[in-house]
Amino acid sequence: MKKMILALLAPAVLLAGCADTTSRSQAVYMLLDTSGTYAAELEKAQAVVNYLLGTLQPGDSLGLARIDTGSFSEKDIIHKVTFDGRPSRSNEQKRAFRQVMDNFVSSVNESPYTDITGGVLQAAEYLNETRAGKKTILVFSDMEEELAKGFVRDFPIQISGIRVVALNVTKLRKDIKDPRKYMDRLEQWKKRVEAGGGVWRVINDLERLERILAE
Amino acid sequence: MSELLLILKGSHPVLSVLLWMTLAMVVLYFARSQVHQAIGAMSRVVANAMRLAAHAVLLGEQRLNRRNKEVLLAEGAEEVEKEIDREFHRIEAVVQRDLQGYPTLHRNMSDLITRIDEDYRRSTETPPSPPAWIEAVRSLANLPDGGDKMMAGIMSEIRKTVNRQHKMAIAEFRKQSSVRHGLLKKMAPFWRKLGRTVEDVGKTITGLYERGAMIDRKMDDYKEILAGSNRMERRLSSSSMTQFFIAGLVLLIAIGGAVINFNLIALPMSEMVGGGSYIGPFKTSNVAAMVIILVEVTMGLFLMESLRITRLFPIIGMMDDKMRMRLIWISFAILLTLAGIESALAFMRDRIAADLEALRQSLAGVKAVQGRQSWIPTVGQMLLGFILPFALTFVAIPLESFIHSSRTVLGMSVAGLLRIVAVILRLIGNIAVYLGKAFISFYDLLIFPLLWVDEKIFAGRKAKPSATPKEETFKEAVKQ
Repeated sequence: MKKMILALLAPAVLLAGCADTTSRSQAVYMLLDTSGTYAAELEKAQAVVNYLLGTLQPGDSLGLARIDTGSFSEKDIIHKVTFDGRPSRSNEQKRAFRQVMDNFVSSVNESPYTDITGGVLQAAEYLNETRAGKKTILVFSDMEEELAKGFVRDFPIQISGIRVVALNVTKLRKDIKDPRKYMDRLEQWKKRVEAGGGVWRVINDLERLERILAE
Repeated sequence: MSELLLILKGSHPVLSVLLWMTLAMVVLYFARSQVHQAIGAMSRVVANAMRLAAHAVLLGEQRLNRRNKEVLLAEGAEEVEKEIDREFHRIEAVVQRDLQGYPTLHRNMSDLITRIDEDYRRSTETPPSPPAWIEAVRSLANLPDGGDKMMAGIMSEIRKTVNRQHKMAIAEFRKQSSVRHGLLKKMAPFWRKLGRTVEDVGKTITGLYERGAMIDRKMDDYKEILAGSNRMERRLSSSSMTQFFIAGLVLLIAIGGAVINFNLIALPMSEMVGGGSYIGPFKTSNVAAMVIILVEVTMGLFLMESLRITRLFPIIGMMDDKMRMRLIWISFAILLTLAGIESALAFMRDRIAADLEALRQSLAGVKAVQGRQSWIPTVGQMLLGFILPFALTFVAIPLESFIHSSRTVLGMSVAGLLRIVAVILRLIGNIAVYLGKAFISFYDLLIFPLLWVDEKIFAGRKAKPSATPKEETFKEAVKQ
């Protein structure tokens, strides 16, 4: 009897041994800039979220948070979900997510300051907790950080193994006058992300959303 | 001397080159014999090595060909044995069905013949002749009456009596004829029955004769196979190649069916085992779907084996009939269950796909159109899910043919490959020999002035030496 049980268990043990330890799921955390200059762009963010909901697979994770005065806070997380392995349940979760996003866009309050670094730190924390194989932070912002008095953000950030994709980086009035400011701003972020072990990308053409999750 | 050294150092480039060339020529001239031997030896070494290698490869090819022939003939013999066995079984069935009741048939036929014979005898009986006194009365009636009235009256009565008797005789004759006709009419169905029986027996005998002739032909083939004739080998190898390609084609079609089957159940399997887990680099749901299909194929193999349609697992073929029947029912039950599961999965797939499409439409901002939902695709998918496992069952037949024929085809392919390798090795050997010759000629070309002088000066003094034994060997190698 013992031999029979062993014989039955052997394939299961072998299969377990074959199990790939590297996670193939992916996690995406999207930060939405709600500062005065950028709040009008949020409708475009809806399209990005819808694209993500249509693309992410069962087992993947998606988080959505706002960037406001102090973004390094759980309170700024609008919604987060790890999609169920069953496609039917996963579809229900996606519908619910979409509803939350719609509600947020329709009732968003403008923020006086823009704490992007805090949002990125909060995103990195969430993504690392998901243990996903592929982690991405989408920053839907003009990347102009404005911190309230007393907020300290001028330190290196640790985002090893995380891709940071800046979406729809709009040009500010001062950028139009002097484009070097725009380029310098992006360059500063690139250096900061790469110094923290991350990968930096900029996608301004929202017609090509497939590039968001591409390598 | 010092000038010569200066020239050698390159003070006069042209002269320096000429001088160096002359010196080199002299050195090459004196080393000619040794260099020739070295080149010859090297080319011989390569040529011999290649020749030996080619020989070894050819021996291997011959051995493989012998093995191929043995396999081919053994398979052919087995095939013919099966065919002969089948023919004998058919004959046995015919004999049991038609000729086992031959004594009864014989008795029936004898009874029929006896009855027909009796009826015939009865039908040939002549009607009773008119009484003998009738003739005497007729003679009296024909006597002249001599004008006597009384006599005339008597004679008239006599004539009437004669006529009455005649009519009675005719009536009796007709009655008897009618009876005979009745008897003959009753014989007709017996004749027909007898005719049909004889015809059936004739057909059976003809069938047996044809099967006997077929067995004779098969036995001739069998004898040829046992004798290992080349004609039979060619016939079997041609048949094997045909089998290989046809079975391969059918297997490709079956693989296509399996792929469709896989796509039908992979998505709904994620609803059961989860869509986010992986086994190695593969999704668990895909692996599970593949496992189901492979189990179906395996059950199909067992079913075909149990039915003795294929013979891939001798142990199943050797089982007693009771056990084999159990295996048939078990494998059929599992197949039926899996077909049911697949049908349910196909239904689930339809639902999931519709839900996913609705979600995508809503995400894209398109208002979902509620059209008339047709049940045809759903039923079609469910039917497909139910039928495909049974269709895959029949994979066992081409698979068996493919495996059997691939032994021969693979053997022939390897033999062909070995032959090509042998040819290439021989070619390399010959190239080495001719390269050696070319190097020697080129070497002589470099020192041709000295060789020319040598020939002019020593031509008269020494006779042209015959080829050394080594050169002979070298020439032989070239010839080979």
